[in-house]
Amino acid sequence: MEYVLALLLLALLVAAVLSVPLRRRGDEEYREETRLAELRAAKEAKYREIRDAELDHQMGKLSTGDWRSVDRDLRAEAIDILRELDRLEGRTPEGGMDR
Amino acid sequence: MAGVGSACLVVALLTAVYAVGASLYGARSGRREWVTSGRRAIYCIAALSLIAFGLLEAAFLRSDFSYALVAEGSSTDTPTFYKVTALWATQDGSLLLWATLLSLFATAVLFLTRRSLRDIAPYATAVLGCVAGFFLLLMVGWENPFDTLAMPPADGAGLNPLLRHPAMMIHPPMLYTGYVGFSIPFAFAVGALVARRTGADWIRATRRFALIAWIFLGTGIMLGALWSYTELGWGGYWAWDPVENASLMPWLVGTAFLHSIMVQEKRGMLKVWNVSLICATFTLALLGTFLVRSGILDSIHAFGASTIGVQFLTFIGLVIVLSAGLIISRLPWLRSEARLDSLLSREAFFLLNNLVLVGLCLVILWGTFFPLISEALTGTEASVGPPWFNRLVTPLALVLVLLTGIGPVLAWRRFTPAALWRVLSVPVAAAAVALVLLLAFTDAADSPPSLAMFCLVAFVLTVVGQELWRGTAARRTMTSESWPRALARLTGRNRRRYGGYLVHAGIAVLFLGVAGSSAFLDQRDVRISPGESFEVNGYRVTYREATAKLGGDSAGTGAPISFGAVLDVRKDGKRFVMRPSRNYYSSGDPALGTISRFFEGEATSEVDVRWGLTRDLWLAVRPDIGSLDKPIREADAKFADSPGDVQALIVAALAERYRRDPPPAAFRAIASPLVMWIWIGGAIVVLGALVAAWPSPEARLRRVRSLYSARLGRELSRA
Repeated sequence: MEYVLALLLLALLVAAVLSVPLRRRGDEEYREETRLAELRAAKEAKYREIRDAELDHQMGKLSTGDWRSVDRDLRAEAIDILRELDRLEGRTPEGGMDR
Repeated sequence: MAGVGSACLVVALLTAVYAVGASLYGARSGRREWVTSGRRAIYCIAALSLIAFGLLEAAFLRSDFSYALVAEGSSTDTPTFYKVTALWATQDGSLLLWATLLSLFATAVLFLTRRSLRDIAPYATAVLGCVAGFFLLLMVGWENPFDTLAMPPADGAGLNPLLRHPAMMIHPPMLYTGYVGFSIPFAFAVGALVARRTGADWIRATRRFALIAWIFLGTGIMLGALWSYTELGWGGYWAWDPVENASLMPWLVGTAFLHSIMVQEKRGMLKVWNVSLICATFTLALLGTFLVRSGILDSIHAFGASTIGVQFLTFIGLVIVLSAGLIISRLPWLRSEARLDSLLSREAFFLLNNLVLVGLCLVILWGTFFPLISEALTGTEASVGPPWFNRLVTPLALVLVLLTGIGPVLAWRRFTPAALWRVLSVPVAAAAVALVLLLAFTDAADSPPSLAMFCLVAFVLTVVGQELWRGTAARRTMTSESWPRALARLTGRNRRRYGGYLVHAGIAVLFLGVAGSSAFLDQRDVRISPGESFEVNGYRVTYREATAKLGGDSAGTGAPISFGAVLDVRKDGKRFVMRPSRNYYSSGDPALGTISRFFEGEATSEVDVRWGLTRDLWLAVRPDIGSLDKPIREADAKFADSPGDVQALIVAALAERYRRDPPPAAFRAIASPLVMWIWIGGAIVVLGALVAAWPSPEARLRRVRSLYSARLGRELSRA
């Protein structure tokens, strides 16, 4: 009896928790938020790479020529990410809102 | 409350099925509300598993022997400390621990990624639901931890005495947390493959979880080694036992994974390799769980024969087949985004390090399963012993430590031989100095592999020190900070890099201990009476007197009888006392006599170790209680139906008889150099990994408002 009662009660409780999102439809804003979060993570990772390369150069592991080449590529990739971030955030490169 | 516990497991299983279905439907149809509901289902599984876990722990703590599991794994005289751990000493309990830890990990990662990885996360949720569902199905279908007994016994069988050790309190949860933790990157890797999103997003989202799993698994392995050293009574910390190997294999492949994902993050390379590595790591984690419980291979660590071997092997087989099929079907999406610019680059050496780590794993896998392979092929079971493992593993370990030193000094993409010599000249000189000193002042040359390892340790430690010094100097050039501040800011701003270097230093220190203790230990096995002495490695050990204790053994394991010895040890004018003992646990065998059952149960060694930075002195005693056989048999006949207090008096009298007139006892003494450095190295590894796993302050950087290039420059200058 204890088992059946617990089973029913727990099943009802779980069903209630699971059904809440089904009564609220997802929206477009959510999609943008998730993409923004991904881009922000990618931006931080790219910045870290640029700093790593700079540190390697300072420590003599990368020649100045190699570092400039690597740094140029990485900064170009970072700018692509920033551009995409701005597009989603509705900002201009100067930082103003364009919508 | 057993009914409530069973209900929790059934509802959790149904919820896992729902999580899989809802997540897949949501991903396929694009209906986010179903994805969210599927994610919530994982949260619910975590809550239900925690309730079940709490109910079972409560049953153990109150010694409720109506639960079959409590009757099997605990007893009224089991110390409270060990009653808590008894849950995961049983098969059913360890399954519940697995499911609980998995659902908690899954909850954490799904909560953190709820606003990102929208293409990958639903499939990852489905995979996590499948894994959780498998463990819940095992419990609901075959190994229900809430099974009850119609006729509960007055007392339980008690926890296996070998498991009554502080390290055992946390060793299994640590290992399981490690195993479980690797299911997170595995689930997201599968999600990325299914969703054809094979970039580095899934790696960035789960890297920290993989690192945490690696820390837990590594700590679990170290604690297991410490338990083996101080509890099993043979004097070693690693025996190439199948269960030890089973925990080491996923750690090795997980180590390879943690290195190779950096190559994918930085260069977009090794995508096939990375998903293959994480699938292999997860499979090996499942294999490790299976081996501990199955009893399929003879092991000092396998605590029970499994009734779920077929189910486990089927699941492992499914994971291998489905993962391999998925990787093959997604090969077009797994092409590298870049080519290897130079063989002299960090990514090339990471690949080499990966090959060595995977090679080590394959050697250990072959050696571990050789008994089964030989039996299948020849009909007779043959096994390979520690010498076989040592012969093959030692050269690979030497190469690995060498790479541990070279890897940190290399730059990504390309590196010139001249630059390599510039950064390696000092570490090479340090290794050469170490070689000369060792040859001149020690007998390290007696063991060439150990001598080579000592030199490599000097090389690695110098590399790490040099990297810190050069990095700090470079930062000071840029910022004019003081040395301590520059060092702190350097490591704080580059936690992943310098945490990794600390791990490398820890690994080198650990191998220093392994090389010293394995090649230069001095062991004596003697049988002496009180008043007699023996020598080991310059220590003069004198057996002063025998001891006998009833209850309250020195290690607090709850052993009813403990026989031991007091030994005076002298070396170089210093004197100290050591007290090894052996605990005797009562037998539940009703065929034994009333008194003999106190002496005929399991017995465990409680070794005494004099810890030292240069060497440990390890002592174990095996008292000869054969002299008590005759009086025990007489007492059995005379006091067959005596009450408990009379039995206690008789056992006390027998113990006192042993103490006053002890026969010669067998002693094992081991003087083992540098063992302490194994534990110190392990602690440094954990510390370094924690530094690397700690969130970087740059993750907290917020929006900037300026032109892209100026914005980049300003943001980067904040470092």
